Amino acid sequence: MTTQTAENVKLFNSGHTACAGCGLALAARLVLQATGPKVIVVNATGCLEVFTTRSPQTAWGIPWIHSLFENQAAVATGVEAALRALGRGDEARVIAWGGDGASADIGFGGISGMWERYDDVLYICYDNEAYMNTGIQRSGLTPFKGHTSTSPAGKVSLGNMKQKKNIPAIAVAHGLPYVATATVAYPKDLERKVKKAMEVRGPRYLQILVPCPLGWGHATSDTISMSKLAVETGLNPLFEYIDGKLATAMTVKQKPVEEYLKPQSRFKHLFRDAAGAEQIKLIQEIANSNFAKFKVEAVK
Amino acid sequence: MKKVTEGLKAVAESVALCRPDVISAYPITPQTHIVEELAQIVADGKLKCEFINVESEFSAASTVLGASAAGARAYTATSSQGLLLMMEVLYNMAGMRLPVVITDANRAVSAPINIWSDWQDAITVRDAGLIMMYAEDNQDCCDMHYQAFKIAEDPEVQLPVMVNMDGFILTHAFDPIDFPSQADIDKYLPKFKPLDFLSANNPRSFGLMGGPDRYLETRYAMAETFKSITPVILKAADDFKKMFGRYSGGMIEEYRMEDAETVLVSMGSTISDLKEAVDTMREKGKKIGVLKIRILRPYPAAEIKQALSRCKRVICVEKAISLGGPGILAAELKSAIYSNANKPEVSNFIIGLGGRDVKQDHIFELVEKAEKGVCETEFIGLDMKLVEEMDK
Repeated sequence: MTTQTAENVKLFNSGHTACAGCGLALAARLVLQATGPKVIVVNATGCLEVFTTRSPQTAWGIPWIHSLFENQAAVATGVEAALRALGRGDEARVIAWGGDGASADIGFGGISGMWERYDDVLYICYDNEAYMNTGIQRSGLTPFKGHTSTSPAGKVSLGNMKQKKNIPAIAVAHGLPYVATATVAYPKDLERKVKKAMEVRGPRYLQILVPCPLGWGHATSDTISMSKLAVETGLNPLFEYIDGKLATAMTVKQKPVEEYLKPQSRFKHLFRDAAGAEQIKLIQEIANSNFAKFKVEAVK
Repeated sequence: MKKVTEGLKAVAESVALCRPDVISAYPITPQTHIVEELAQIVADGKLKCEFINVESEFSAASTVLGASAAGARAYTATSSQGLLLMMEVLYNMAGMRLPVVITDANRAVSAPINIWSDWQDAITVRDAGLIMMYAEDNQDCCDMHYQAFKIAEDPEVQLPVMVNMDGFILTHAFDPIDFPSQADIDKYLPKFKPLDFLSANNPRSFGLMGGPDRYLETRYAMAETFKSITPVILKAADDFKKMFGRYSGGMIEEYRMEDAETVLVSMGSTISDLKEAVDTMREKGKKIGVLKIRILRPYPAAEIKQALSRCKRVICVEKAISLGGPGILAAELKSAIYSNANKPEVSNFIIGLGGRDVKQDHIFELVEKAEKGVCETEFIGLDMKLVEEMDK
């Protein structure tokens, strides 16, 4: 790991301590590749913060601040206000980001406040579907029937009882001019969406699905294929809402959800018996309804 | 120029004179008039400033934290539950060495919910790493704000400062206030020059993780900073006096203590009540004085130790309580005087919680009690009939 200097202008450097196959590290690098250096990033507490900034080292080549688990949105509001107040509005755009726990759960009140204030901040939720930094606990974005350490599968339970909280829909309901989803298996799509988001003024929301081999229980070499299967099965549709209207949705050849679920140990309890098979049917219905909702014609 | 002004509005006008770049706050009684007035000052174009309405005190504190980290002079105000909601951010702000100024309108903490004055809110955050100032009256409070920004932003300090004013007793009291001119304040408090700030022209990382290999040293550095803040606080008051002719400063203040056998120790507006009672008791020949703790953090242990080296009896009068523990002011004071050759006896009394009036008779009563023997965490002014009813 290198300490950043003005001469060393790589935006996100290697040498950090992310696990092998970390989808989050990959996503963060792709995002900054798309934004370029004129950004200030506010990072919520979580894996990304921990594995990039063990004092005195930092992996970041952009101005970066971490304060708390749940205040990234309000800190971003303050940074953005300061730039305007000090006449430095052209110096940088402000990005706030955090994991699914920081975004959908503990920090959500602050994000809603920021959206309502219509602050010129791009908010990125890196969604790995659980509190991975603290040991794979359930979050509001943990998928239906996923096993986590606080929604464990057991003799009388088949994992997480709730469906994912629909943050993109909540973002659209706040009147955001730009809301999109992306994932690391489609880097061009991700890059295009980040660039598009940076063209828009006001609050913008991007939710990026980032596989976590440790938390999902798949091989570290399968990060990209899991990311791809999440889209192909319809469980993580990729779309854009511009000014409240569905603008684009990725067309994919629909695959059965089992292809996505089977390689991940967090879903292995669903493959034990008939009760599990019933749950897989319900998960297939979620996927089907996503296909219908985003008017994505499945390529047969 | 002197102008009869409500305490909160006077604070707002004083803060505006300090030209903050970013203000963010959330309404809570009895602080609200400060931010209402500041919002109006900004709306009228009298102050060029980003005034940010947020959805909670937690976000208000976080917003000024972000603004300060980006190089802005930032301000917020709160009270009671709001301060407690800010608490996590306050620790973080101090640890990140961000010189934000915060006004706290001191108010009781729920339950039962109570909007009236005591010190429980701010006392509860005393370990966060904030410099804590307590105003005796509203002129003092205004002068503290000019000095607070100067102290916070001093390159040797770089810490948040909290100015405490008693809810209602000060916040809603109308007093003639002497406001300095903008030109003079600009001279006293030049533009904020942060040592380091978030900038795309100099990309740096803020808020890094400090593991077991670094955390101890980081906290040590903060503790060391607190040891060297006193001269900065004293100089801010001296410079203020040179420019405005008024001394509003010191870590502590002694009142009629020259030959005092008994010394009443307290903070904030209670000091005025104690001074009045001492004047009355002096007329009757009692050798009694008052010691005001003006700065609670850094704790002026050396000054207190010196000031209490001659008396026989100390009486701490407190408007907060550590439930299940000793009186807070008393405990700290005892540790400050422990090494004195002459150790006075120390009593402490809890008064005025939740806005209960502190009457002169209450003060005479507690002095009388302490003279009979040491009292520990004794409540004064209780309605014993009500206590019995509640017991049932």
